[in-house]
Amino acid sequence: MKITNKEYDELAKKHSPNSKTIINMIKAFVIGGLICVIGQALIYFYMSFDLSKQDSGTMTSITLIFLSALLTGLEVYDRVARHGGAGTLVPITGFANAVVSPALEFKSEGHIAGLAAKMFVVAGPVIVYGLAAAFVYGILVYIFTYL
Amino acid sequence: MEVFLQFLWAFLVGGAFCAIGQILIDKTSLTPAKILVIFVVSGVVLEAIGVYKYIAEFAGAGATVPLTGFGHLLAKGMREAVEQHGLLGIFLGGLTATSGGITAAVIFGLIVALTFKSGTKINVEK
Amino acid sequence: MGSFIENGTIRLNNNPSILSFAAVVGKTEGDGPLGNEFDEVFEDITLGEKTWEKSESRLQEIALQKAMAKGEISESQIDFLFAGDLLNQCVASNYGVRSFEIPFVGLFGACSTMAESLIMASIFVDSNIATHTAAMTSSHYCSAERQFRLPLNYGGQRTPTAQWTVTGSGAAIITTQDKPPFVRSVTIGKIRDMGIKDAANMGAAMAQAAYETISTHLASTSTSFDDYDLILTGDLGMIGTNMLRELFQRDGFDLNDKHNDCGLMIYDLNKQDVHAGGSGCGCSASVLCGHILKQLKDGAINDVLFCATGALMSPTMIQQGESIPSIAHAVHISATI
Repeated sequence: MKITNKEYDELAKKHSPNSKTIINMIKAFVIGGLICVIGQALIYFYMSFDLSKQDSGTMTSITLIFLSALLTGLEVYDRVARHGGAGTLVPITGFANAVVSPALEFKSEGHIAGLAAKMFVVAGPVIVYGLAAAFVYGILVYIFTYL
Repeated sequence: MEVFLQFLWAFLVGGAFCAIGQILIDKTSLTPAKILVIFVVSGVVLEAIGVYKYIAEFAGAGATVPLTGFGHLLAKGMREAVEQHGLLGIFLGGLTATSGGITAAVIFGLIVALTFKSGTKINVEK
Repeated sequence: MGSFIENGTIRLNNNPSILSFAAVVGKTEGDGPLGNEFDEVFEDITLGEKTWEKSESRLQEIALQKAMAKGEISESQIDFLFAGDLLNQCVASNYGVRSFEIPFVGLFGACSTMAESLIMASIFVDSNIATHTAAMTSSHYCSAERQFRLPLNYGGQRTPTAQWTVTGSGAAIITTQDKPPFVRSVTIGKIRDMGIKDAANMGAAMAQAAYETISTHLASTSTSFDDYDLILTGDLGMIGTNMLRELFQRDGFDLNDKHNDCGLMIYDLNKQDVHAGGSGCGCSASVLCGHILKQLKDGAINDVLFCATGALMSPTMIQQGESIPSIAHAVHISATI
């Protein structure tokens, strides 16, 4: 029987199960929330050394990035992420994992052409477009402040 | 008590950001890279319109740990650099403010990549 | 000498038959329902090699060696070798067979390569061009992930429609003999692109190609589903299987008892977190060369229509917003002449 692309697409949708969004959202909420709680604990920890709020925040980010990198290397991060979904992707840990995992993976193509060149193959857009958005904002700040 | 509330808000707000991200993962065909871009640009925008500092005040790490926090840092750094250096600031502010996170990612990424091996624990057990 | 019927279908008249076959797989496949059927299960899927590409090559090397040993023939007796895989430039095959002194034809059919190579190998024997030929293919979870998807240690979630690339290789040696399993007729498929763009739902992309090639084979050989004990698709997985069965249902055929899919046979979907089932060239290759050919040889099953499907896209084309063209090739393998 002849079938059009549109009918075929409907057939595909009919037989393709959807993700269990509610359960995934709950898991993402809990795991993401817990990572933020760890972050909060780290902020208090660094502030107890009389670091400013800003520096504590920076140290917290650095610590979370370190932990994420380590867990990525130990292959624990991806096991948690299977359940965490956005709960592990959205926090800064997701950015770190996205930087570390291709560096680790492509090491077999050499330290320069593999590891280093591919380090930002997943997370690069974050820096490119984050910076671009901030750049536009910076121009607007200049216009409204000085002009 | 105050500390406990801070932890609670961090958990709730951070969890909420992640839940929104999960909706994007499940309900759209957006790739992880695109979702990360959306979050970071949202952080820039929230900081730009002045809303971010209110969220950060009560949510603490719940606002700074998600990637929106990275965006907020970019924007804040940009604003401070323009106030300090004028137009030149738009080339200085972004990376300067986020240099801690980016450097950490590069250096720890390098160390971990040199130390470990990928894919030693491929596992499909439920 | 084969006779070309129509629509890509060829009847092979000189009894090309599969002399020997071997399948080697990784731990995940060894833990599956067919675990005991394979010639070897590798607990360590690096196979002692430094890169995943080399590991996959090693799988092919071992599969061919085992098939030759089981058939008691040496490499100098094999006239032509047909092999391919999923990797760019088919390097798993190129590097896997480079130590063998056999005239080599590299093929790309994505996950349909087992059928494609078996077809070519059978035609060469049936046409009296060759006395012995070999057909082989492989896939490896790690080498496929790093090329098609994301780094292995990346923390992401797989969708329910995603399939798990099989780590495995299957090799078959074909000659003219009066013992089964015989390759009776083959159908080389046409590319079918139904506009599916989701690379994480390849079963959906490939179902139509399987439907058309199977239908074409039946029509061209004037056979019906009753003439076969098993219609075996390569790796449609859960979604593709359900779509295929519905497509045939609309034609008035109920395939539920007659059809099975290698992607659903190689893993236990209840115990193993493989979502929609197995995929990859090695999926159909290992199920065919590990399990099905054995059943045909022993006469436990008589007539199988083996139809492997392939999704002919690349990450570049997907990123360019293209859809997934697919192909399916069919081989009628029989225990009787």
